[in-house]
Amino acid sequence: MPEFVTIWINGSAVRVPAGTPVSIAVLMAGHSEFRRSVSGEPRGPLCGMGICMECRVQIDNQAHCRSCQILCQEGMTVRTHD
Amino acid sequence: MIEQRYRTDILVVGAGPAGVAAAFRAAESGARVLVVDDNPQCGGQIWRADSKKALDKDATKWLDRIRDSSVKFLGGLKVFDRPEPGVMRAEGFDQVVACRFEKLILATGARERFLPFPGWTLPNVTGSGGLQALVKAGLPIEGKRIVVAGSGPLLLAVAGYLKERGAKIQIIAEQTRRFDLVKLGLRLLKCPKKLQQAFDLKMKLQGIPYLTNCWPVSASGRNAVESVTLQQGPKEWAVSCDYLACGFHLLPNTELAELLGCRIEKGSVWVDEFQETSVQGLYCVGESCGVGGLELALVEGEVAGWAATNLKEKARERFSERRKWRGFAAGLNRAFELRRELKKLPTPETFICRCEDVPFSRLQSEHSWRSAKLQTRCGMGPCQGRVCGPATEFLFGWKTESVRPPVFPVRLGSFVPSSAGDAPAES
Ligand SMILES: Cc1cc2nc3c(=O)[nH]c(=O)nc-3n(C[C@H](O)[C@H](O)[C@H](O)COP(=O)(O)OP(=O)(O)OC[C@H]3O[C@@H](n4cnc5c(N)ncnc54)[C@H](O)[C@@H]3O)c2cc1C
Ligand code: FES
Repeated sequence: MPEFVTIWINGSAVRVPAGTPVSIAVLMAGHSEFRRSVSGEPRGPLCGMGICMECRVQIDNQAHCRSCQILCQEGMTVRTHD
Repeated sequence: MIEQRYRTDILVVGAGPAGVAAAFRAAESGARVLVVDDNPQCGGQIWRADSKKALDKDATKWLDRIRDSSVKFLGGLKVFDRPEPGVMRAEGFDQVVACRFEKLILATGARERFLPFPGWTLPNVTGSGGLQALVKAGLPIEGKRIVVAGSGPLLLAVAGYLKERGAKIQIIAEQTRRFDLVKLGLRLLKCPKKLQQAFDLKMKLQGIPYLTNCWPVSASGRNAVESVTLQQGPKEWAVSCDYLACGFHLLPNTELAELLGCRIEKGSVWVDEFQETSVQGLYCVGESCGVGGLELALVEGEVAGWAATNLKEKARERFSERRKWRGFAAGLNRAFELRRELKKLPTPETFICRCEDVPFSRLQSEHSWRSAKLQTRCGMGPCQGRVCGPATEFLFGWKTESVRPPVFPVRLGSFVPSSAGDAPAES
């Protein structure tokens, strides 16, 4: 397994250790807002364990992915609300 | 999406301590055992893979045992449905799996209880175990100012962990009364292992204020939390912080058991002396059948693993140990019961359902979970009421109703998949 992988968050390259969940990569890239709620509030991870759905982002064009349960893969593209 | 198929003697859902112990003991008799977990790695909550720190001896022992055994582990798969008796279906980021089994062991663990207060939806207001999970996964926390609040022994474990990782713990705010903690402390005297753990934690947390009878009344900040207001008796004051890690003890994850028709009692899955649920051939172990900590999860797992492979005499040998830890768990859960004052935390504008942004004021006129769902969409979002259900149960006394598949939101294609050949689980 490679030691680091590069993923793309809102168009910017982010290098993280292999095995890092997408949620952590997003936070390390400086975004605390992962999604907008139905009334427009910024939201980010709450439970850290896959149950609250607040960490949802778009991954490789798939909407509503729980970023805390998915590991970064080389070349992945991620979109938060931006 | 192509459906990958497996066949196994024993399917275990959940790879925390309880599931790991159950799988290992079940495999001893030569049964084929498959373990499926939503997390990419084995270990559940307490043995969650840590990017910086090696796991302790206990964890390493059990995780090595599983790795060196015939047990097959599939990570990154959430089990969401039973399409027919004897088959469970799970979805991953890029796959769907169906697994045919003879016996099923549910080890789905617990989650934190979250209670609404103004500002609880701000980014960087997380669960207490929630923040710990993020840090274990690699979130840098050095120098960050953190308020740890809510209830339960988890607050102390989390504060200790975060401090070790370089965070600045401002304060630990525990809602329960000091009196109840003293009672719990007296129980600890009978439990040398727990007493030692408590002592080690106390040393680690030296210098950090641990306030009982204290809780957050609001959090504020522009794009993320910047400050939290705490209350203790008549006193109210603000503390600035980068994170508010707040959770009110734990709740069993019973959704899958409910879907399968298991009897639920007082919020936990009911089991008999061999950890078998009210449904024959279906076992439940660990925190999904009652919050009780690591030791209880392990011993329950062993009992079920042996019982499910007809080694009932071996299972019996663990009964007295299980009784001891159940007694301890009962005392623990009593000590951290929620106080009524916390029901006053939401203001009319506070969102109770975070998925659908339903404010407290819209729920006050409803009389049941069902009417709230129909009239306001409370609990209808993607978390399926896992966060707001327990909150409304506490605030209004509503009981959430029957669980329907899928127990997690899934892609349409996963619910009605195309098929591929049977692939037997390697054993
Ligand atoms: C967030 C959190 C942090 C905790 N941290 C600590 C700590 O630091 N110290 C401590 O002493 N105790 C901690 N605890 C308590 C600890 O969880 C228990 O003591 C012990 O781990 C319980 O083991 P378990 O096997 O019953 O459940 P868990 O360890 O919770 O394991 C359950 C597993 O089931 C999986 N699962 C659930 N539903 C499904 C499904 N439908 N499909 C697939 N997989 C599923 C989960 O992903 C999880 O891995 C924590 C609890 C939580 C909720
Ligand atoms: S943080 Fe709750 S689901 Fe990811």
